[in-house]
Amino acid sequence: MKPFAFERARNVDHALSLAAAAPGARFLAGGTNLLDLMKLEIEQPDTLIDVGRLPLADISETAGGGLRIGALATNTFVASDPRVRSRYPVLARAILSGASVQLRNKASMGGNLMQRTRCTYFMDPAKPCNKRLPGSGCSAMGGLSQATALFGASEFCAAVSASDMSVALAVLDAEVETVRADGSVRRRPVETLHRLPGDAPQVDTDLAPDELILAVELPPPPSGSQVWRKVRARASYIGALASIAVAGDRVALGAVAARPWRARATEAALAGGAAPREAAEAELVSASGQDGRKSLVRRLATDAIQESLKGGRS
Amino acid sequence: MRTEIRVNGVDHAVDVDTRTSLLDFLREQLDLKGSKKGCDHGQCGACTVLVNGVRINACLSLAVMHDGDHVTTIEGLASGEALHPLQQAFLTEDAFQCGYCTPGQICSAVGLMAEIAAGQPSDATADLNAKVVLTDAEIRERMSGNICRCSAYPQILAAVRRAAGVAA
Repeated sequence: MKPFAFERARNVDHALSLAAAAPGARFLAGGTNLLDLMKLEIEQPDTLIDVGRLPLADISETAGGGLRIGALATNTFVASDPRVRSRYPVLARAILSGASVQLRNKASMGGNLMQRTRCTYFMDPAKPCNKRLPGSGCSAMGGLSQATALFGASEFCAAVSASDMSVALAVLDAEVETVRADGSVRRRPVETLHRLPGDAPQVDTDLAPDELILAVELPPPPSGSQVWRKVRARASYIGALASIAVAGDRVALGAVAARPWRARATEAALAGGAAPREAAEAELVSASGQDGRKSLVRRLATDAIQESLKGGRS
Repeated sequence: MRTEIRVNGVDHAVDVDTRTSLLDFLREQLDLKGSKKGCDHGQCGACTVLVNGVRINACLSLAVMHDGDHVTTIEGLASGEALHPLQQAFLTEDAFQCGYCTPGQICSAVGLMAEIAAGQPSDATADLNAKVVLTDAEIRERMSGNICRCSAYPQILAAVRRAAGVAA
């Protein structure tokens, strides 16, 4: 690990002023992804700003009937909250299907959103990767990687988001609230927090270096059932080959793009009375990539939509 | 960087290099070699310790992040010569072969018991809104962050079941 300075943020303003003064700094919350990548020297920040003790870990009701989840609420805390379990089961399920208990006990809401791809070639410093080393090439295209993007890839990168949680947040129309050193507060949908790779795959999000996630806000849950499904190479503790979140008449796919992928064509087809398989196909006609992955997503989406129409399970 | 940390009931005020993981701090500076370094990337669970009663991977945490925290390692579980119920259960059920993963397995299981008592659900929980029942499927899922390359999983399952007072 490269040497770095370590700053303990005393409050949000302190964290922001530290970030504004150190352009090469990174915010540190649970650290489960960032420290892993720093050991591999894939991440080499010159300063870590420890925001882990800031008072941003609460979950509260919003005036509009939704929930506001602080950026530092741990994944375990969120998935265990009775309001999340009863009103947003798709979110609890998505979180519980990811990582291990030890990791979820430490990983935060904001950190989960900011985690980087687990693309085999991004994680291997010996291999070319445009996301890790811009201009070095993409080893995943034509490589052995199992989880490459079906949607939104560019000629430079086909990496997919590793966050299960974000797929559920996207289907629930959740928003991310951030603040910058100049005091400006901004809200954006979780769905579009992450950039598509384009010609700059090294940039995951459009967050500024001094922009700190404060909270995620969930609007009231949509009517109808909620379903979460995740396909993976073993029964527990491994990333998704593909995942899906269904909430009412909304559908989001996971591990198929650099961001959680709202399947709007599927949603439109369902609204028009299409059968589950037809509705799944409506999104997949615009997919690129391996036929096996398309087939996997087609069957996964068909099953999940059918289950949701039957009332799902919480 | 100055860091004050309580480990197994003993207070330490130390200067640590910012790069020092909690695991390396425990092993190299406090000479508590019970917590093991397996993968050093949060994938194997051999480094599992309890921080303020909650299990985490000590390899994916920096010592300087734990200023003011209370850490419990495998060395801190027994009361004198009286083993912790989970340590005794691992002996009774012969829940190890080489033993390298065992401290992490036991600390993980101690955390598991607290999570069950707090009613926290898992991926194996059938009904998110009902009281959590500690079935074999629940134990397996909740212990999936701890790898045992000798594959003592059936005995580890039996040990956790025994300590939790769950019938086979």
